[in-house]
Amino acid sequence: MANNAAGRDIPARIKGLPEIRPFEGAFKNTPLVRKQKGSRSLPRLNKIVDSIEQAVLKSGVQDGMTISFHHHLRNGDMVLNMVMDVIANLGLKDLTIASSSLTDAHTPLITHIKQGVVRRLICSGIRGELAEAVSHGVLDTPVLFHSHGGRARMIEAGELQIDVAFLAVPSCDVYGNANGYTGPSACGSLGYAKVDAVHAAKVVLITDNLVEYPNTPFSIHQDHVDLIVPVDQIGDPQGISAGSLRMTRNPRDILIAQYASHVIEHSGYMEDGFSIQTGSGSISLAVTQFLRDVMLRKNYTASFALGGVTGNIVTLHEEGLIKRILDVQSFDQEAIRSIAENRYHTEIDASYYANPHNKGCATNKINVVVLSAMEIDTDFNVNVLTGSDGVIRGASGGHSDTAIGSGISIVVAPLIRGRTATVVDRVDTIITPGETVDVLVTDHGVAVNPKRRDIYDRLKTKHLPLYSIEQLKQKAEKVTGVPEPVQFEDKIVGVVEYRDGTIIDVVYQVKD
Amino acid sequence: MKLRRTMLYVPGNNPNMVKDAHIYRSDSVMFDLEDSVSVREKDAARLLIFHALRCIDYETTETVVRINGLDTPFGRDDVEAMVRAQPDIIRLPKTETPEDIQMIDQKLTEVERQAGVEAGSIKLFAAIESARGVVNAYRIATSSERLVGIAFGAEDFVTNMHTSRSKPGTELFTARQEILLAARAAGLHAVDTVFADISDDEGFREEVGLIKNMGFDGKSVINPRQVGIVHSIYMPSVVEIKTARRIIRAIKRAEQEGSGVVAVNGKMIDKPVVDRARHTLDLAQASGIYLDEIEEEEING
Amino acid sequence: MELIHTGKAGTLESSDVLISVKTHPENKIEIKLKSIVEKRFGRHIEKLVRDILDEMQVSSALVDVDDRSALDCVIRARLETALYRGAGVQTYHWEEL
Repeated sequence: MANNAAGRDIPARIKGLPEIRPFEGAFKNTPLVRKQKGSRSLPRLNKIVDSIEQAVLKSGVQDGMTISFHHHLRNGDMVLNMVMDVIANLGLKDLTIASSSLTDAHTPLITHIKQGVVRRLICSGIRGELAEAVSHGVLDTPVLFHSHGGRARMIEAGELQIDVAFLAVPSCDVYGNANGYTGPSACGSLGYAKVDAVHAAKVVLITDNLVEYPNTPFSIHQDHVDLIVPVDQIGDPQGISAGSLRMTRNPRDILIAQYASHVIEHSGYMEDGFSIQTGSGSISLAVTQFLRDVMLRKNYTASFALGGVTGNIVTLHEEGLIKRILDVQSFDQEAIRSIAENRYHTEIDASYYANPHNKGCATNKINVVVLSAMEIDTDFNVNVLTGSDGVIRGASGGHSDTAIGSGISIVVAPLIRGRTATVVDRVDTIITPGETVDVLVTDHGVAVNPKRRDIYDRLKTKHLPLYSIEQLKQKAEKVTGVPEPVQFEDKIVGVVEYRDGTIIDVVYQVKD
Repeated sequence: MKLRRTMLYVPGNNPNMVKDAHIYRSDSVMFDLEDSVSVREKDAARLLIFHALRCIDYETTETVVRINGLDTPFGRDDVEAMVRAQPDIIRLPKTETPEDIQMIDQKLTEVERQAGVEAGSIKLFAAIESARGVVNAYRIATSSERLVGIAFGAEDFVTNMHTSRSKPGTELFTARQEILLAARAAGLHAVDTVFADISDDEGFREEVGLIKNMGFDGKSVINPRQVGIVHSIYMPSVVEIKTARRIIRAIKRAEQEGSGVVAVNGKMIDKPVVDRARHTLDLAQASGIYLDEIEEEEING
Repeated sequence: MELIHTGKAGTLESSDVLISVKTHPENKIEIKLKSIVEKRFGRHIEKLVRDILDEMQVSSALVDVDDRSALDCVIRARLETALYRGAGVQTYHWEEL
């Protein structure tokens, strides 16, 4: 028998229960509360620090650690560079950067790589000068390229352990409730950041819009947040989102979109209550537009649209043609407005979206997905990462996640860009395996994967220019001529992880 | 018989459009060396189309080149080049008299001989774009063996008539009728003028409906998007197709049985009716109607 | 064919090529190629240009090629146009083209 701090006698052991821990006082084991009730100063209730430097120091970033970022601010992101400049100034070394993706905004990373601050990159894709530098071997350790679903999987499986997540948030209160759809740097969904907020050992939010508590509705929850840094600006609105994506006038894109919409209409997968993911490319936008006509004509509504969301998906939602939107990433101003306003435009995180190993991801419920390709080969393998010169200039994104999850996956692309053929014998880098790609739609013709005889049979009477993919490849080659193969060095600069954690391909350093 | 529902206009000095103009599945593509090419670029466009026709496979699409008139400094060079590049058809702009056609016919014959090309292999389309041309339509239509069709060009015509184009197109009515009558009397195709406002789909549909009812075989189009619209309007109905098939079957049966007189549903079938039925089935096929499906429908009731 | 002044043809639009030709001060052939598909088609384009110069019997030329992914037939058309313009020749030998 011992008195506990409340003056009660509590037995040390009670039969059938584990060891008893006697009460030690209200403040002893709850550190994050006011130590004295009634004190007007609020120690520890405010997570705000004055500068990024303080946040880096307080969060305990050390040499060799893994720190993470998200790419919802796209080309307008300022936060990754701000944080890395501070880290470099503090003399930290050998960090791994796990950013959900890297964009044109992240060129300054090249300097940090060269100076040994950054040792490794883990991301969905890289663009611009940083991609050029990586392709030319600036890193000693290869970049790990993952899909959006694959990233969530590796974080939840503990394969990617994030020491500190530095997450830009367009609005945030003093306790860490944050969302992406209010504030001058609004970006819409924070789907990729949400996973990091839950799983990183330390979470630092960086915002240019501190608002009154509680900042509801919130995407990132106060109970996951360690520190908050207010700054002048987290992003350039010009680069964060496209103003409004307009319907293309390019006749070639319109032709491809018409064929794609025709394929979808007659594929057997378009019926009342179907679901769809299109995307933000100009052909995809036009496909959505043509599908709207089909839906009106046939009196169909879609149960939901998934994915990267654009204004024309929002228009269909507001017209009642798409009942619900599940949004992991909002591409334009309209999508950002809608996720804030519309009750059934719901933000989802990357795991909910596409993690293949959780208990059910949304990509598994998609009937139709429209995808792009830089290259596709005669086995239907798709490359969306490396260009025709072998240089990295793209991202894995949700390509492989949606291709396998959907009832029908349709790749749309011009057969020839300039004099570069899209259909080739062998793609440079496989991102999405051909066994998950069902139909290729080009301006010169449509090819159905021989595995999908069912789709071919439904389409063959529908006045589509159907060819085998080998025929399309020959058509392209007849126009362009046979290019010389790209020359590579022996060094591996990138490893492509399939969404399940296995390695599907590697990227080599390009030769000059 | 060859269909000419759509003749897609392609600016002759634009490689990006020239390189695969056939992908839009118009019945014909028309490479333009005339109005869309500035005087300083006539040589460049001529060489571009010359090499494009020799190198690029336009598959089953009919190739047409609109040359400059022989009264311009460029027309004769255009003929010299095109006979050797061998498009299916040369379209002569601003045709006003039978002599215009006879002049180009002679020039074609001369160059064909020099180039070792089969005589008469290059066909002609005459574009009528003025009051004088309309008045001479029948004489133009019967002026050369090479002629396969007449195209109407309304833009210059309305200027010539001291008017402008209106939505209902009343100002074009007589000209269209004259051209159609001349073409039909001479056994040629008649192709209507372009519709310039590519954003006005509704107005375009109305105009295509009108000229189809008048009897035109098709329309010159300036935007690939217009191709599908024209084809859908020229698409025969299921009833028309079924009737056409019954007629063709009856004819075949009669031929097998050696019987001279054919009747379907109690009506006598003569040659014009058979030709029309064949045309309907050609149109159906080109419109992508899968005849086997209609067959199944017929069998299944 | 002899170049008497600078001949230019083509544009920098996609699928086109801008070519300029003038006589070479050292009486030889020199080709300066810039192309967005240089890695895959650079040598092919250079050979094509050389072959055409040969066919047209041009032995002194400084050729600037700024290629925007043009097909062979476009490169040929633009180069021939530039050569005819540079040589000031208006009578074409269609048989030989």
